[in-house]
Amino acid sequence: MRSDQHGLLRLLHLPKGLVLRLSAYTGLAFLHLPLVFIALYAFNDNSAGYSFPITGLTLRWVSLAWERDEIRAAIGLSLSVAAMATFIAMVLGTLTAAALNRDRFFGKNAFTTLLILPIALPGIVTGIALLSAFKLMDVTPGYWTIVIGHATFCVVIVHNNVVARLRRLPARLWEASMDLGADTLTTLRHIILPQLGTALLAGGILAFALSVDELIVTTFTAGSDKTLPIWLMGQLSRPRDAAITNVVALAVMLLTAPLIILAWRLTRDGDAKPNTR
Amino acid sequence: MTEASAMASTALPALPTLNHNWRNSLSTLLYQRRTLTLFLLLLPPLLWFGVVYIGSLFTLLSQSIFTFDEMAMSVSAELTTDNFVSLLNPANYDIVLRTLGMAVAVTLGTVAIGFPVAYYMAHYAGPREKGFFFVGVMLPMWASYIVKAYAWTVLLAQGGVIYWVLRQLGLLPVLEAVLRLPVIGGDTLATSNLGRFLVLTYIWLPFMILPIQAAIERVPANLLLASADLGAHPFKTFTSVLWPLAFPGVVAGSIFTFSLTLGDYIIPQLVGPSGLYIGNMVYTLQGTIGNIPMAAAFTCVPIVLITLYLALARRLGAFNAL
Amino acid sequence: MGIAIAFKDISKHYGEVSALKQVSFSVEEGEFFSMLGPSGSGKTTSLRLMAGFEQPSSGSLSLLGQEAAGTPPYARDVNTVFQDYALFPHMNVLDNVAYGLMVRKMPKAERHALAQEALAMVALPEHGKRTPAQLSGGQRQRVALARALVNRPRILLLDEPLGALDLKLREQMQVELKVLHRKLGITFVYVTHDQGEALSMSDRIAVFNHGRIEQIATPRGLYHQPRTRFVADFVGSANVFAADVAQALCGKRQSFAVRQENILVSAAGSAPIDGALLMPGELLTVQFLGASQRLEVQVGSQVITALQADKSSASSSLIESNLFEPGLPVTLQWRAQHMVLLDD
Repeated sequence: MRSDQHGLLRLLHLPKGLVLRLSAYTGLAFLHLPLVFIALYAFNDNSAGYSFPITGLTLRWVSLAWERDEIRAAIGLSLSVAAMATFIAMVLGTLTAAALNRDRFFGKNAFTTLLILPIALPGIVTGIALLSAFKLMDVTPGYWTIVIGHATFCVVIVHNNVVARLRRLPARLWEASMDLGADTLTTLRHIILPQLGTALLAGGILAFALSVDELIVTTFTAGSDKTLPIWLMGQLSRPRDAAITNVVALAVMLLTAPLIILAWRLTRDGDAKPNTR
Repeated sequence: MTEASAMASTALPALPTLNHNWRNSLSTLLYQRRTLTLFLLLLPPLLWFGVVYIGSLFTLLSQSIFTFDEMAMSVSAELTTDNFVSLLNPANYDIVLRTLGMAVAVTLGTVAIGFPVAYYMAHYAGPREKGFFFVGVMLPMWASYIVKAYAWTVLLAQGGVIYWVLRQLGLLPVLEAVLRLPVIGGDTLATSNLGRFLVLTYIWLPFMILPIQAAIERVPANLLLASADLGAHPFKTFTSVLWPLAFPGVVAGSIFTFSLTLGDYIIPQLVGPSGLYIGNMVYTLQGTIGNIPMAAAFTCVPIVLITLYLALARRLGAFNAL
Repeated sequence: MGIAIAFKDISKHYGEVSALKQVSFSVEEGEFFSMLGPSGSGKTTSLRLMAGFEQPSSGSLSLLGQEAAGTPPYARDVNTVFQDYALFPHMNVLDNVAYGLMVRKMPKAERHALAQEALAMVALPEHGKRTPAQLSGGQRQRVALARALVNRPRILLLDEPLGALDLKLREQMQVELKVLHRKLGITFVYVTHDQGEALSMSDRIAVFNHGRIEQIATPRGLYHQPRTRFVADFVGSANVFAADVAQALCGKRQSFAVRQENILVSAAGSAPIDGALLMPGELLTVQFLGASQRLEVQVGSQVITALQADKSSASSSLIESNLFEPGLPVTLQWRAQHMVLLDD
């Protein structure tokens, strides 16, 4: 049925279809243009500057980048912060999803807005707010302050994924399990959690990726620690190091890409196609 | 059906709930007391968000009514409304307007570029193509913000790609004419508002495409067919059927483009003419100067604007499209 | 036999809406008890109260002699077969069936053996390794049945289990369920909106309407002696006559019902049957239904429907000789014993 509509639509909007297709692909190309250049300049033989066109390609920047301690330290810190923040976000996000999945309760809307706020409000607001709070409590910025900041805006990502999955779980499964003798905890363990599994994983992956890339809030909560984005920003004032910067950026892109694709695939299967409603 | 004799003879173990232990009592209690369970579920997140997030927001915002002693470069707890009043100074007011203006422009720009992509993904793309587009939109979203921004400065530079392409195509005079235009122009592409607009639009584009795509996907394809069937030509179908139904997605996406632009302080520094944005102002104020009260007052602007916008957006149905 | 389930003055409301209004009845151990009614009548709510998924707003519910208030579903010796089967999608069929046993911490080998037997009992012995997604509707329904029965509940609740099946399969399953019931000897409580189903399977039927029970009786009792207008119309099809008609006809001021198949339609002026009550009318339509035909007759302001076998032995020369014409004057006849006086 879908392809019939497909064909019919095409027939009705023939010239528009072509224009639409072109605009769509142009938009997509626009999105990827700078990424191509990052890749290009990562292998640029000409170490000085960003002149165009490229003269030659080389791999030497990759090994040079790997030898630098500060790069490895930054990557390490980013990964460990992301792991901890994701863990916290997964716990809190599941709790909120479970709570909000039930019938309405007083303040439900307010709570949902509260969850969105850390992402909706500009990073600089969250960053400064956290910093001034830490200063007030005499806490020195460091690993845990970064984690706290990241966890806070990662919760909503896990929450959204889990809520979407919970909505597709028929309530009957819960009742059937209880009818057969399983109490709440047992039902959670054998029925609900396995069903949530992939959604939780996908949410976790996205939260992880967000945490690795986060710059603005981190600049305020990091103190003297350098996560990867902070290091990258510092590199902007070192144009001669440009190639190495690009190598690192490209490496990060190549590492997060498969994760994102995986997260997408985990949540895509089983999605009801709304057009066939 | 066959006889089931063995079934009747083997004894079944007793139901676990017949034991009287603490675990069963707890389970039963949680099952019967729905509100209690709800409360327990919400407690940790509430504590976290309440204390960590709202608490720190509050510490910041409360400082907006404190005084900043310019001589001593320190904050004192005397209450004053000076900070808010000075927001209305022409210089500060300009900053707010400038940022707001760009936020609106970027929102419109992302819709203009993003809508066709979203529409194509939702209704025209075959399943393989759609997956390709999905990944194609999501990947740049998760690529490093700072590197993308910097890559653009390189692209826009006078020795960079765009200039080179335009030179090859002989379109350089066109660019120079555009750069001479009052509001969007500037000395070079990289120091013009046009350039800044391009970069900001680029960076937030995925955030607009995905919600619109989700919203359009919720519009059954046969609605558009019905419209055509009833005699409306494509543009009318667009304005009367597609756009209104896709609108919540646009609003949802605009929450991001709006809010992200209002708070950005890095890209305005990298690209564009001089002239501070709210983000820069706040950053400078709280940094070396240490004038937290004024910084806090400035942050109230995006907070108020976004809270109002969120309330409006919810009314328009955007929360379902997020 | 004892009482399996007892409802005493049970009411259930959801906010403003009242799903059950002071309902009282009891189900005997070992009987096949059906709850029949249209949607929203309260029958499913009653079932859910028995299972423990809801608590009554007021009144007392006892299961097997014990007060059930506050007991969660997992503590009741009751198992349910759901309308949409509710099989666990991430487990195979055998694990689904063995779930209740797994919860009781039965060792794997034993519970798999019992589950396998349960599957054999519902004629699906080879399907253990499949997943629910790979089964047809009828097969899923049997798995749901096996999953419930393997726990040997004393009460089995069935919530419109055959609703999603096609006619032939439904009829087959009805027979199988009845056989199963007799074999197991446990209490079956069956919810349905299909009166034919209820009539063919049950020992007793409770007819629900708008949150109340209109009548509880055996199938024959319900069919031949409906007590209210609703039951008369819902179970089988009957014509209901108002109280004044009854007054004019036989002196009793009470509305009554006559089943369609008990009304004879004969040409006006033909000889009446001994002892029959008569009523004149105008023939409107004749519908051929295969083994029978349905005639609609205008009597005053009412349209009466009569159902007659095609080769009727009584004087239906009218029908056989194709003298059908709208407006043809006819006489309706029925025997006094087929008149059922109604309570409302």
